[in-house]
Amino acid sequence: MTGRPEPVLRLTGITKRFGSLLANDGISLDLARGEVLALLGENGAGKSTLVSILFGHYVADAGTVEAFGAPLPPGDPAAALAAGIGMVHQHFTLADNLTVLDNVLIGVEPWWRPVSRRAAARTKLLGLAARFGLAVDADARVGDLSIGEKQRVEILKALYRDARILILDEPTAVLTPQESERLFETLRAFVEAGLSIVFISHKLGEVLAVSHRVAVLRQGRLEAVLPAAGTDASALARLMVGREVAQPVRAARVRRPDDAAEPPVLSLREVDAVDGARTLLHGVSLELRPGEIVAIAGVAGNGQQPLAELLCGLRAPARGALRVAGAPIAASPAAFIAAGIGRVPEDRHHLGVIAEATVAENAVAEHYRARPYARGGWLVEGSAIRAAAARIVADYDVRCRGLEQPTRQLSGGNMQKLILGRVLSRAPRLIVADQPTWGLDVGAVAWIHSKLLAAADAGAGIVLISEELDEILALADRIAVISHGRLSEARPVADWTTATLGLAMMGADAKEGADAARAA
Amino acid sequence: MRLERRETASRTAMLVAPLVAVAVTLAACALLVAWAGAPVGRTYGLLFDGAFGSRFALTETLTRATPLMLTGLAAAVAFRARFWNIGAEGQLYLGALAAVAVGGLHEGSGFDAPLPLLFAGMVAAGMAAGATLVAGPALLRNRFGVDEVVTTLLMNFVVLLFVSWMLDGPMKDPTAMGWPQSVALDPELEFARLLEKSRVHAGLLWAVGLAVLVWAVQRFTTWGFEWRAVGASPEAARFVGVPVGRVMLRAALLSGALAGLAGVSEVAGRTGYVTLDMSPGYGYAGIVIAMLAALHPLAVVGAAVFVAGMLVGADSMSREVAVPSYIADVIVSVSLLAMLVATMLAQYRIRRR
Repeated sequence: MTGRPEPVLRLTGITKRFGSLLANDGISLDLARGEVLALLGENGAGKSTLVSILFGHYVADAGTVEAFGAPLPPGDPAAALAAGIGMVHQHFTLADNLTVLDNVLIGVEPWWRPVSRRAAARTKLLGLAARFGLAVDADARVGDLSIGEKQRVEILKALYRDARILILDEPTAVLTPQESERLFETLRAFVEAGLSIVFISHKLGEVLAVSHRVAVLRQGRLEAVLPAAGTDASALARLMVGREVAQPVRAARVRRPDDAAEPPVLSLREVDAVDGARTLLHGVSLELRPGEIVAIAGVAGNGQQPLAELLCGLRAPARGALRVAGAPIAASPAAFIAAGIGRVPEDRHHLGVIAEATVAENAVAEHYRARPYARGGWLVEGSAIRAAAARIVADYDVRCRGLEQPTRQLSGGNMQKLILGRVLSRAPRLIVADQPTWGLDVGAVAWIHSKLLAAADAGAGIVLISEELDEILALADRIAVISHGRLSEARPVADWTTATLGLAMMGADAKEGADAARAA
Repeated sequence: MRLERRETASRTAMLVAPLVAVAVTLAACALLVAWAGAPVGRTYGLLFDGAFGSRFALTETLTRATPLMLTGLAAAVAFRARFWNIGAEGQLYLGALAAVAVGGLHEGSGFDAPLPLLFAGMVAAGMAAGATLVAGPALLRNRFGVDEVVTTLLMNFVVLLFVSWMLDGPMKDPTAMGWPQSVALDPELEFARLLEKSRVHAGLLWAVGLAVLVWAVQRFTTWGFEWRAVGASPEAARFVGVPVGRVMLRAALLSGALAGLAGVSEVAGRTGYVTLDMSPGYGYAGIVIAMLAALHPLAVVGAAVFVAGMLVGADSMSREVAVPSYIADVIVSVSLLAMLVATMLAQYRIRRR
């Protein structure tokens, strides 16, 4: 990228404050024609704020945005679209009940036009799809599409509006490794066609693989902009976090699970979960031994949620048997808590804690009626609760202003530490951790990993449901893959490769298979 | 413009908010008073004089506040657990009717039971009637997710028609010259007067005592935690093992019982019999009072006195100056809006984008 041409996008001195939080601090960046610029940073580093300003969702306190040499009016997404900026959000903005073509046409056609010019639209859409290898069925209902296909529709939507600058917000978060690879191919085709791309991610590997330059954000400030060619993952990680981060190493495990010697702490046999007429889980079987970490890998939305609900006592099996330490168990959270099962839910804000309750109350929430927190099961013992909470806050490094602080005010990482403290301080024999590090910064992730490993070493069996392959490979003894509500056999980590995991994650579904074949 | 949650809603701000709300309300309503052509200062003077200015005014206000405290508590208890009981009006009437059914002079004589037993039976019947009335909507909500706002609200009309039927039929007072009025309560069962030559009755002590009791339960028992947990987030409460359905049912039944007790208190403390106009919307006013009190049981007492004072004061004021007594309803309504805005501003700040 020598002799840089006139930039297609230029941000100058973008500053944005939310209350006392400085989300963006004087950020200046430019994007060249035909360039992929990666925006790298931890959660909360200011990536999303920056692109939201760029796209007109937010108005910056200071600074300007120029696209193709002309300034963009602040706070006007329509102007950003008109200027040729297209955005693909992490959470898709598609109407599930409409077809692909309808979704692409929403908001494009003027409302007063009596008939929709669908034939011309279809030709243009299919032309774009063919040109960039984004195979879609224009008449398919979006609700019937896979996640990867939905993402293609989002990208096509932007292209249909003649976007020349494409912003992708964490596009690989929902994709299998193979799907990610295909996305990167598509991005390369875009660049060759003269489009420019802003690629937001927190995954170092893909940033290095796909981008020309990397802009690293940390705590709202632009730490560095460097060419991807001359750097490596550890240098980027240092810039992103601001210090060296020690990843927990699997070799640090003290104890290995003894095969077959001990009875399973959890066993699922041919368990189905249904929702009305829909079957969410088909004949799921799994055995977990004490001291063992079994990871459930898979792309989001393949049955992780019903499985987690099943393992947290929130859902009863429609068929099959769920046993904890050899005994059947009633499908209620109270029974699961009483059986010594530590549950770390995915949605920590709405399920893991009662947001309006205090830190102290949440610290003992699972045992609020038991001694010593309540006398006779009904009279609250404030001092015992505060003592227990203070211990958890200290032992698990929960940063809060005080035990009486509403939990809602805690950061996601501290909330997760509080939940983990509540669970681990009871020395559970079984831990169900659903996306335990989702959305947390690198430091908190490493800390949580080390705590989970320590719990396994102390003899707890752990079911780790995760969409992050790195996490799974770092922690698991065995891996089972969930796809379309079916769980594969749990096999030792050594038996898997990234490629076989990716294939299993796609499942044996005919449509996906055909897709893959078409792409090949 | 956008709203941003303050990181810390300061305690002083939360305490000052109601005062600011009242000040804003009076200022806003002063415009209406002036529009009606009355002198603002004198009108407000008369209003407050009529509400709190004399022994008579004060006792009248407290008498009016008694049922409002109970219906206010009923709403506060249910709303805290996010059960939207809008049916306090009907529960009050059914409670009153049940009280007379147990303690009334049917055919000139009551039940032949010892007086203390009869009294306890009367109170229990009234509370049970209110609780029973809300049990249906609560179970429907728990089992089938039927919106309790609709069911409890509609039950009010059903109950009023039922009361009307009773007053013209089985429970009709034969000596009432054809007025739709129930048989009278046994005078022996009436609540004690608290002050000579006033209408203030023991129901006031019941109401204040229950407010303290509800506060203590919320503050010191696991029930209080369960109510708050279910009210704040039913999903999270369920996750940590709170029996959400049972907690909500419990709150609903308690709410109905409190509203039923309001009916008992009105019959035994004030009217002595049931008529179709014995409550000028106390059940609905209870919702306003609960919201004014931010669902705090002790604040309900103050809010009920405020609302009662406005109603009583406006009546006496409108006899002196040409301002309709409806100004009381306007003041109460505006104060609710002002209170909601004030508490919101104590928790959020407005920023221009």
